Order: sequence, then C-alpha cells, then structure tokens
Amino acid sequence: MSCEKCQKEQEMLQEIILKHKDTPGALIPILHEAQNIYGYLPPEVLHEIAKGLNMPEAEVYGVATFYSQFSLQKKGKYRINVCLGTACYVKGAQDILDKFKLRLMIDVGECTDDGLFSLEACRCIGACGLAPVVTINGDVYGRMNPDMVDEILDKYEALAASEQEGEAC
Amino acid sequence: MLIKNSEVLRELRDRKHKEMALRLGEDFDPKDGGRMHILICGVAGCQSAGSLGIYEELNKRIEENGLQSEIKIISTGCMGLCAQGPLMVTYPDEIMYTHVEPSDVEEIWNSHVIGGKPVERLFATEPDGTKIAHALKDHSFYSKQLKIALKNCGLINPLDIEEYIGVDGYGALAKCLDDMDPEDVIDTMKDAVLRGRGGAGFPLGVKWESAAREMAPVKYICCNADEGDPGAFMDRSILEGDPHSILEAMAIAGYACGAKQGYIYVRAEYPVAVERLGVAIKQAHEYGLLGKNILGRPFDFDIDIRLGAGAFVCGEATALMASIEGKRGEPRPKPPRSTEKGLFDCPTVLNNVETFANVPQIIMKGTDWFKAIGTEKSNGTKVFALGGKIENTGLVEVPMGTTLREVVFDIGGGVPGHLNFKAAQTGGPSGGCITSEHLDTPMDFDSLTKLGTMMGSGGLIVMAEDSCMVDIAKFFLDFTVDESCGKCPPCRIGTKRMLDITKKITEGKGNMDDLDELEDLAQMIKTGALCGLGQSAPNPVVSTLKYFKDEYIAHVRDKKCPAGVCVSMLKYIIMAETCRRCGICAKNCPVGAITGDKDHPYVIDQDKCIKCGVCMSKCPFKSILKNA
Repeated sequence: MSCEKCQKEQEMLQEIILKHKDTPGALIPILHEAQNIYGYLPPEVLHEIAKGLNMPEAEVYGVATFYSQFSLQKKGKYRINVCLGTACYVKGAQDILDKFKLRLMIDVGECTDDGLFSLEACRCIGACGLAPVVTINGDVYGRMNPDMVDEILDKYEALAASEQEGEAC
Repeated sequence: MLIKNSEVLRELRDRKHKEMALRLGEDFDPKDGGRMHILICGVAGCQSAGSLGIYEELNKRIEENGLQSEIKIISTGCMGLCAQGPLMVTYPDEIMYTHVEPSDVEEIWNSHVIGGKPVERLFATEPDGTKIAHALKDHSFYSKQLKIALKNCGLINPLDIEEYIGVDGYGALAKCLDDMDPEDVIDTMKDAVLRGRGGAGFPLGVKWESAAREMAPVKYICCNADEGDPGAFMDRSILEGDPHSILEAMAIAGYACGAKQGYIYVRAEYPVAVERLGVAIKQAHEYGLLGKNILGRPFDFDIDIRLGAGAFVCGEATALMASIEGKRGEPRPKPPRSTEKGLFDCPTVLNNVETFANVPQIIMKGTDWFKAIGTEKSNGTKVFALGGKIENTGLVEVPMGTTLREVVFDIGGGVPGHLNFKAAQTGGPSGGCITSEHLDTPMDFDSLTKLGTMMGSGGLIVMAEDSCMVDIAKFFLDFTVDESCGKCPPCRIGTKRMLDITKKITEGKGNMDDLDELEDLAQMIKTGALCGLGQSAPNPVVSTLKYFKDEYIAHVRDKKCPAGVCVSMLKYIIMAETCRRCGICAKNCPVGAITGDKDHPYVIDQDKCIKCGVCMSKCPFKSILKNA
C-alpha cells in the first residue's frame, strides 16, 4: 500500500518537473507544488528536483532554505499558524502563541510526537481586521483569546479520534 | 466571448451597465437587472466570520421562490468595515447590514426583501451606539473616504469580467490603444504625478519613461503584490475585490513601455487572491483582453503569476526579480536600475498593486481630475489599513493630506474602551510612529518623512497607553532579524546587535550606554546596508527613541515598564487589606508560588512567580494588582 503511494507521489513529482522544466525561473514553482504533494520537502525530493532541472543540489537547497514557506521538516496533520503581524501582536498574539506552546509542549517549528499538530508563527496573513488571528490548515480563527486555544485543540483532537475510529471500521 | 474591437467592448459595457445601474445610483429598469441586488462581502474577514452561509441561505430562498430574475446576490470584495463583518448591502436602497448571521436571513428576507421594511437592528453602529441605515453614505467610517483604488471593491463580482467591463473596465486600455501613442500615455502619467504607493513614492510616469527609452527587444512589467508589511492588507483586498483593474493597468504599462510579458509576484500567504487572479487572467484571455492582437490592435500582452514563498525582503525590487528568476531573494546593488537591467537582465517596470489600481482611472478621467485630489506634492488618495487598538478596524481610502486625527478618530472611531491614544505606527518595519502631538499633521509622503516615519504601504497600527514602545521596537527588530536576507553585514549583524540590546532593556538589564549604542548602530546600518529594507530597518528604534525616550529611560534606570507589558519587570502583588483569604489564587497558580491560609495572608513568592497572570484573572475580589 505504502509503496503504491510512494510510486504515485514519485510520478506526480516527475510530472511537475517536466511541466515547468523549460519555463524561466522554474525552481520556486516546482518547490511549491512538490511541497503540496509531500507536505514538506524531504532530501530525496530536493535531490530529484536538482537532477530534473540539471542544477547543483546545493543551489536547490539554498533556495529551499531561504524561503520560510518551504519546510524541510515534516509537518503535523493539523498545521497551526499563529499570526504575529503587528496588528495581531498589539492585540496579544504572543499570549496565544505561548498558550499553544504550553498546551502542546512544542516550540515553534516543531511537531507533536503523535504527528497531529505542528506549530508555526507567521508574519501577517492580512486579516488584521480579525486580530489576533490563528489559522489551522487554512481555516481562519479570528478575535482569538488564550482560552479559545483549549477549545480549538479539543475540537481537532476529537476530530482526529473520530477519523481514526472510522478508519478502523 | 471574444471582444474583437473597442466597438464590441462598448456594446458589452452598455449592456452590463444597464443591468448594474441600480447598484450605481442611476436610473434603472427592473427588466434589465432585476429590482434588487444583494451584495455580500466574500473575502477574508467576512468569510471567516461566516458570510458564505448567508449567501447560501439567501440563494436558497431566491431559488425556492423563483425570483432569480428579480433579485440577484453577488459575492464581492472587501467593503472596508471589517470590524462589523460579515457585511451585506442591498441596492438600490443602499441599506447596509452588519454582523449578519445565517439565522438573520429569515427576518431580512421576510421583512426587507419581500416586505420592503429594512431590519433596523442589523444596521451599522457608530461608536456611540447610533444605528445608521445608509452606512455607505452616512456612517462616519465612510463619509470622509474617497475611493479610487478601492472604487470597485465591494461593488462588483470580482470573478466576473463582465461586471468589471460594466463599470467602464478595460475602457482605459481601449482608449490607449485607439487614441493614444505610447508617448501620450507616459506623458499623461507623468503629468498626473502618480507616486508609488508601495512605500518609496517614486513617480510612476518617470519610471515608465525610463523603461520605454531603453532599446531592448524584450522588456517586462512586474506587479509587486508581495505585501510583506505586517499590518497592511490593501493590496490583498484589491487583488481579491477587483483583480481586473491590475491586469488592465499592467497591459497599459506594457503598451506604454513596449513590453509583451507581465508577472504578478504575489504572496503564497494570500491563497484567495492567487485563485482570483488566476480566474481573472483566464477570463481576460477568453475575452481577448490579454494575449495576441488585443482589441484588434497590433499589441500583444500576457501575464503570469509567480508565487512568493514567505520572504519579506522580496518586496524589494531587485530581490523580487531574483525570486521570479527562481533564485534566493537577495537584493543587488543599484545602479543599474531595474528599468535598465531588471528581470532576466531586461528593462523592467515594477509597480505596486495599489499604484496600478489608480492607472485606468487616471486615463479615463484625466489628469486634472486626479491632480485636484490630495496635496501639492502628493496627488490622489491613499489606502490605509487600520489595525491595532482602534474601534473600526478595516480599510479606508482618503485623499492625501487627510490628518491622522481624522483617520483615527473620525473614521476609525478612536481607541476602544477607556484607554487613551498613544501613537500610530506607519510604514511597518521600515517606518516609525506618530505621537498624539502630531495628530493634526496632514498625511502625505513628505510630511510623514519629516516626522521620521514614512507612508510605507499604508499599514496604520494604533497603539494605546497599554502598549510599551520599547517592546514594539523589539518586535520590529525581531521581525527584521528574522527577515534579513543575510547578504550584507550591516543588516545581518547590526540588526541582531540592536535586537540583543533592546531585549536586554526589556528584561531590565540595560544601562544608559545602551541607548547611545542603539543610536550609533542605527546610524551605521542606515548608511551601510545594501538595500532599502536594511537601510530603513533601524527606523522603528530611532523613532521610538526620539519620541519615547522617557520610556526607555524608565526601563533602564528605574527598571520599570510604564505600560506594564515587559514581563520580567512585572510584579503581581496581593493586597493584604482586601484579600479574603479564599485561596483560589494559590489553587490556580501553575508553579505553586502563592502560599498562605485562613490565618495567614496569601503572598506571592516573586522568585518562583512566572508572571502568567492567572492569579489576577481568577481572584474574585480583585485583590491582586499588576505593578510595573
């Protein structure tokens, strides 16, 4: 099963490389799309991309590590993103981030041991009217306060538990 | 539908305009576009507050009652007053509803849509509680605004090119291609003196002219939509609410400068904007407004989207172009300027989203109209993103020269609660603050620079008494250290040193020499850094040191944070006189720092205390005080 998945991902990656290969400045679009497949950019993938574009692996690595959107670390099933833009910061975003850290026992950039949650801090998602803002897998939670952190995490934990049950059936 | 020439464009425009007339305050015939249009804000703020559910509820009722030809609902871009979202406006009566929930739809439908009686309880509210029916005209948030760049945001469906054409969209491009030489276009833009809204304020016409002068077979037009300044979201709103205005302006730039290819460099953090731009480009192709022989003229122009990847420095022109080329987004020394040697070493024009959004209207309405708005050296309007401690957070567009007082107090509704205004921060990590004594300065490019801050892209963060200015300076330094690309040492090492010093100060370990060192370092970085971002990185510190030196001194000499923000200088104290010895604080303290019992007053062990503030929030008798 997992091998089949690997192979499919591999095929998709090659397709992406082929699609962009000849456009100028192809590397960044390829990294974006590769990350969409794998959730992050493992070393083997960077290697494949370098081979496909016929460029030094060091250069690919250099670009991948320059931009904060690209992650070389595995992400959690639910990716928590706390906005630390100015508007959110002035309205107490740091307290929200601290609360997430405390509850999940992880630091920014890390993933919980069960692979469920990973925590990121970002610089402004442009929803300043809703400050302070947190996004989880693209869902926006606005006008946050530290107490809401527990509520939200409970919700996702329950969601994950029910999904697991479903899989077991 | 392919639009072959401007005649066909005009016909389509007239037909759509008739359908939209009731939305534009003109005479209308219900046969053209129905009797009522209901507009719902469908972007970021309002969408996450549930505007999609309202749309569905309304749509259901329209379909059930077979009223599709009478009543139209349109999902629009940002309407501005994000603080009271989800927002909804009905036309032609222009009633604005705020904080609408899907459960309110029943009442709106029965009372207003069918019965003709608006639902008063959902009207927009003024800070004093008054309900305003026609908020777009009468609410203090809107009454002083003048919309050019945001003209179509919240008025048209951004996913429908025909709606854009209905409000004269692509008319400016047609006018350029039919009646103007490229030189005329450039002369018009130079005469209008449209200054770059991305921060630097460089005149667009001059930039276009120097690119046009270059004799090169390939040139590029780039749009900077890498809105990295935290707290600014006007570009996002324009891209989401009126994407075609940017495409049209870029095509006009291509015609004026002799370029055939454009790139929009947009942040990956703005997925909705990326999606809508994609739809807009596809539609423009289908209608023949991008591609080959546009409007039957010998002019080709195409646009591609390039995604940013979360690097603030890519807002800098040369770094942005390096990133489009697929490299690390590192700036290079200038000259040569981008208009001589930019993207792929070809002459390149780079303008910001908001700047581009002004272009079609200047072509359509003429330079005299544009020059009559604003101040002597800053024509037109500026969009500000109001955020922070302010009642009406949201987007506002005002003529240049409007005072900060008008923006913060008249439009923004002032600081909520009983707190006093302390300062407004403009220009983000490159800018500085404006204090209450300068509230009456007219805001334009030059007067803000004189105050030691800058217009920047238009983020305007309001801070109240409870904000610590040293902490804010630290926050911005933390940002620049994080986002410094690392190419030049003044920025890479200098900002890190400045951050170390401000950290030391906020932890109560600073001394008076540190303040001088901060100023020295700031000067060195300003003169030594390679790009605009590095050179402006010390601005938040310089500006807070200038206006709030007493706060720095309080941190350094008295080891106190007057605003009570800097945690390590905080002290929580239990007031023995009012303590009822209930023990709730001790039970809730996560580190067991509170001791006491029925006979002995409760006290906090300051060495153990982690200053989390739980005790203060749990004390039923308000006997615990936070003492800076």
